[in-house]
Amino acid sequence: MYDFVTQWGPLWGTLASVGQILGFMVVLLLSLAFLLLMDRKVWAAVQMRKGPNTVGAFGLLQSFADFIKFVLKEIIVPAGADRPLFILAPLMTLVFAFITWAVIPVAPGWVISDLNVGILYIFAISSLGVYGIIIGGWASNSKYPFLGALRSAAQMVSYEVSIGFVLVTILLMVGSMNLSDIVEAQAGGFWNWHVLSFDMLPWPTFVITVPMFVIFFISALAETNRPPFDLPEAESELVAGYQVEYSSTPYLLFMIGEYLNIVLMCALMTVLFMGGWHAPFDFAPFTWVPPVFWFAIKVVLFFFMFAMVKALVPRYRYDQLMRLGWKIFLPTSLAAVAVMGAIVVYSNAA
Amino acid sequence: MLSAAAFYILSATAVLSALMVVIAKNPVRAVLFLILAFFSAAGLFVLLGAEFLAMILVIVYVGAVAVLFLFVVMMLDIDFAQLKEGFISHAPLGGVVALALAGILAMTGLSWVSADSASAALQSPTPDDMTNVAALGALIYDRYVLFFQIAGLVLLVAMIGAIVLTLRHRDGVKRQDMHAQVNRKREDSVEIVDIKSGEGIG
Repeated sequence: MYDFVTQWGPLWGTLASVGQILGFMVVLLLSLAFLLLMDRKVWAAVQMRKGPNTVGAFGLLQSFADFIKFVLKEIIVPAGADRPLFILAPLMTLVFAFITWAVIPVAPGWVISDLNVGILYIFAISSLGVYGIIIGGWASNSKYPFLGALRSAAQMVSYEVSIGFVLVTILLMVGSMNLSDIVEAQAGGFWNWHVLSFDMLPWPTFVITVPMFVIFFISALAETNRPPFDLPEAESELVAGYQVEYSSTPYLLFMIGEYLNIVLMCALMTVLFMGGWHAPFDFAPFTWVPPVFWFAIKVVLFFFMFAMVKALVPRYRYDQLMRLGWKIFLPTSLAAVAVMGAIVVYSNAA
Repeated sequence: MLSAAAFYILSATAVLSALMVVIAKNPVRAVLFLILAFFSAAGLFVLLGAEFLAMILVIVYVGAVAVLFLFVVMMLDIDFAQLKEGFISHAPLGGVVALALAGILAMTGLSWVSADSASAALQSPTPDDMTNVAALGALIYDRYVLFFQIAGLVLLVAMIGAIVLTLRHRDGVKRQDMHAQVNRKREDSVEIVDIKSGEGIG
């Protein structure tokens, strides 16, 4: 934003960055509509169904039809609910899901805000995401939503810890918390991507980063309440968890926020481990493809993995979920931070 | 101009929400206003050029501490009418304490002298060739490393203390033993018995 302000003066600079933000939001929402369809199609294909196929060719417009249906329905607020908070909760979820995207670099220089502390910003905002769920569950003034909200909050707080340590390992490797710097450090072919990180040889850092990548992927599933960790909305026990009392547009906002967070996690995996906008080979014809397409392809690939996990894996039990987070992921990622720190110190000293 | 507007909006939000923490009728809403106060304080840090502190404030206080607050307050069934019953009778004592605290604050504020180098340091809090985070890291891990380690030790002791206070072993609790489950063989649990018809297992 400062670039625009210094370039075009306070008024036009501000307007330019507002336009940029709006454009990015529209692109995000449109791609989300098709990613949602893809989620359902993948799920259907695994179960040998056709999935949505009536609205538009191959059901391409299904998400838009759903959108219109959600918006036109009546908003029902339960009689005992805390009205302002009940409406505020889905709004918070949506806003926090959107503002995290401000620091994601989709191509060289294509980022709303090139923050120096980008990783910390993402971590901070994603830890706020839990409020939308807690407040929604509490404001509904009903038992199932409240239980779902408590579960969800405990789950998100637990898995945030290991996500934080995975982020720390990556930023130790790069020596910067700026996401553009992190992508830039992975230039020059897929063997330099952090998940392999052969450029750190003779230090075999991939021994650390490959497990860290797996931990991040699984923690991302838990953090976004996706199956197999969708206990907050386990329908057999809690009906639909914190969303029970929500209908119409507020429910839609919750759902968009949730999917935005899922895609954000895919984008984060791309940026942190898979080289962001970089092509897998640093020569033609791969470099002819614009960087933003490489970024989008990788994000869609990860989203496909998320969808497949949803289709294939049965739901965890709650104590197993907590055991996995605290007793396996936390010690492993903590050890990885220590080892990676030692490697960085000694490889610089040598 | 933009940053001035942001400053006034953020500080007004911080002060108003801090006030609402005290006067809000509903305890859950009070905690939510507290979170808003933390959040606007983080915004003020950003305006001062201390992004790292701002983010840490949000991560630690808003993301972790306040969640626990909210948990506890939601679980408790607080009757505020009952809580406010003795308000008038306790008011004089509370007033004295508040006055004493305000007096201390005023004395500190009036006797405050800034160093000659303070205004220069305020204008560029971080060295020009370093980012905020690197500058802070250099200070903490270089000049004040002993204090940093001692603070860490204090926190460790507090953590162990909290665990010791709440740890209790109960008998007769069934726990899942993954290792035993995985290592279980068919022979350990299934036995084929040849039962003659009409006799059963004697």
